[in-house]
Amino acid sequence: MRDKYKRIPVPVRYLINAVLCALFLVIVQSLISGGAISRYQSGILAQIGVYIIMAVSLNIATGYLGQLPLGHAGFMSIGGYSCAIFMMRLSDKLGVETADLLVPGLIFGGCVAALFGLIIGIPALRLKGDYLAIVTLGFAEIIRVFMLNIDSLLGFKFTGGAGGLTGIPRYSNFLNVFITVILVCFFIHTMMKSRHGRAILAIRDNEIAAEASGVNVSYYKTLAFVISAFFAGIGGGLHAGNIGVMDPTKFGFMESIEILVMVVLGGMGSMLGSISAATVITIVNQALTSLSEYRMVIYALLLIVVMMFRPKGLFGTYDFSLNHVMERLLNRDFPKRMNRGAKK
Amino acid sequence: MKKLFALLLAVTMALAITACSSSGGSEDSIKIGLLAPLTGEVAQYGLSVSSGAELYIKEINEAGGINGKTIEVIKYDEQGDATEAVNNYYRLVDDGVVGIIGDVTSAPTVAVAQASVEDNMPMVTASATDPSVISYGSNFFQACLNEPYQGTTMASFAANELGVTSAATIYNTGDDYSIGCNDAFVEQCGELGVQVLAQEGYADGDVDFNAQLTSIIASGAQAIFCPNYYQDDGMIVTQARTLGFTGYILGVDGWTNTHEYTDPENLYDCYFCTSFAIIDDEKINEFAEAYRAENDKDPGNFEALGYDAAMVLINGIKAAEDAGLEAGSDEYKQAVIDGIANGVVEGVTGEISYDGTGAPTKSIMIVSLDSGSPEFYMNY
Repeated sequence: MRDKYKRIPVPVRYLINAVLCALFLVIVQSLISGGAISRYQSGILAQIGVYIIMAVSLNIATGYLGQLPLGHAGFMSIGGYSCAIFMMRLSDKLGVETADLLVPGLIFGGCVAALFGLIIGIPALRLKGDYLAIVTLGFAEIIRVFMLNIDSLLGFKFTGGAGGLTGIPRYSNFLNVFITVILVCFFIHTMMKSRHGRAILAIRDNEIAAEASGVNVSYYKTLAFVISAFFAGIGGGLHAGNIGVMDPTKFGFMESIEILVMVVLGGMGSMLGSISAATVITIVNQALTSLSEYRMVIYALLLIVVMMFRPKGLFGTYDFSLNHVMERLLNRDFPKRMNRGAKK
Repeated sequence: MKKLFALLLAVTMALAITACSSSGGSEDSIKIGLLAPLTGEVAQYGLSVSSGAELYIKEINEAGGINGKTIEVIKYDEQGDATEAVNNYYRLVDDGVVGIIGDVTSAPTVAVAQASVEDNMPMVTASATDPSVISYGSNFFQACLNEPYQGTTMASFAANELGVTSAATIYNTGDDYSIGCNDAFVEQCGELGVQVLAQEGYADGDVDFNAQLTSIIASGAQAIFCPNYYQDDGMIVTQARTLGFTGYILGVDGWTNTHEYTDPENLYDCYFCTSFAIIDDEKINEFAEAYRAENDKDPGNFEALGYDAAMVLINGIKAAEDAGLEAGSDEYKQAVIDGIANGVVEGVTGEISYDGTGAPTKSIMIVSLDSGSPEFYMNY
């Protein structure tokens, strides 16, 4: 029976997904240039993209690795500052448009964030649970205070101190943010399906068993943490280009919590969950601005209601796979469990 | 049952959202935007500025509006966050406003200033004292005096009027307003030959300043320059006097409500520069009375600047309306900007005009707190 099950070959699967992504980008981009989507809305779309990157990158450390870091905004801040400073300084030196330096800038921002991820990860990942949470929380605070005060220490304008880094060219737009989103999601997806990803999942499920089976626990923990920081840095770089100002006070404790809420709400370990929660929370935040004071109450209620009815988050560990759906259609195989969601 | 409950909650929420987001505007109104932090950590400044601005708009509408058209204010909360400020700026543009009052604190204002250049949107900030906010385009105006001007003024006042030869400073290292004033003060002191014996920083949220003040007192400075907001200033004055400091304590326009945060007997030899204080003056009394009638409390510096920012913007819009241009067109925006740049308004914080930049030319006064409450000392 199983032998007759028709499969879609791997290259075709990727092709279908790539075509769908391209179609999405083309449609939305033409709506933007056609004026059907206003600049306010396209700005929100870019912000959604940035938070999708932040949520899926935190999901590596939280959902896949099973740790609880509370300093994700710190990596976002490092990535944003280094990407923006790198691009501004280099475009002055080379005399090229800042937007042309986006790719090296984002990679630079990501690498600096990853470097800090490595520095903090090696000692911090020896700790577990709430201890790790406190260490990463402290780290993010150090970053914030560092960005605030480094100028007076150096004696020249570097991060802009309390006034923030201003005059950043606004190089992010819907198109480049969402191309990055797709690339980041693709990378994380393939990584999690590889040997390295399996090792990370094994550590989450049972650290002792994983170590006994020959998984190098400390190596993979650090790897997952560094990759998480790398993508957070890229998210920060795009954030800087979307707003044009890096304000150190933004990247405090609450920002880290906000990103964590997206991951938990969507379902830890589910990329689809992180993506939809980042989208929904950003939109809800915007939709509720007209309610001013009541916004926080409704926002909190929303979280409580979701956690009451879906304690594992909206999607649990379920991840949508277009391929599975298509293969089922191809084989006229409609089992009931399709509706139930969680597969694993 | 659980599902039903969840559904019910979802429906209520959806209704609440749609009910609140609908807002109608008539043909005969001019829409202006108001961008301020109404919730969050800096909400107090945003609420003050918006209450001042709304008071002026109300008065204008009661007096018949501009050429018979009423003014409709669309107010968005940016929570003191640069991201939200930029989002809400674009939202105001979508709503079709012809000018914006805002933003309030410096970092979000800079973000909005950068974004607004592309649209040439007329903007007047009531309180962003950072000199860089007007550097991006000619469409941006300040109603307040910027940090360098205030710091420089106090240094000259200390040297020339009080005869101070040595000073020390205590400032908030987490606040660009505080840093900006401090830097200007120290620089001007250098020019005037006043020795700056100590520059002590503290972190945002600190309440104990004894360590900094002790070292300042040990340095033997004759005056302490304290360019911070009034809550901190009140504590600094109290603690400095308790430690036995008897010299001058000098401040900037963030000091407006300091007298409510310390005992009157501590306030001898305290001076600050500001463009507004409740002193005995006809225009100010009139404004203060109107404000009290609306809000049940005394107006401060932020309220007055909000009122004046609205006045500056409306003055520009008047010019564009008089020219009979179509609202929202590029010519209209330029006419508003030109109207502001060339106009002179009699604000409650003094006569405001612009000489080619977005920074106002207006008088600054020194206020003395000797009697325990603000009293006009001199124009400087």
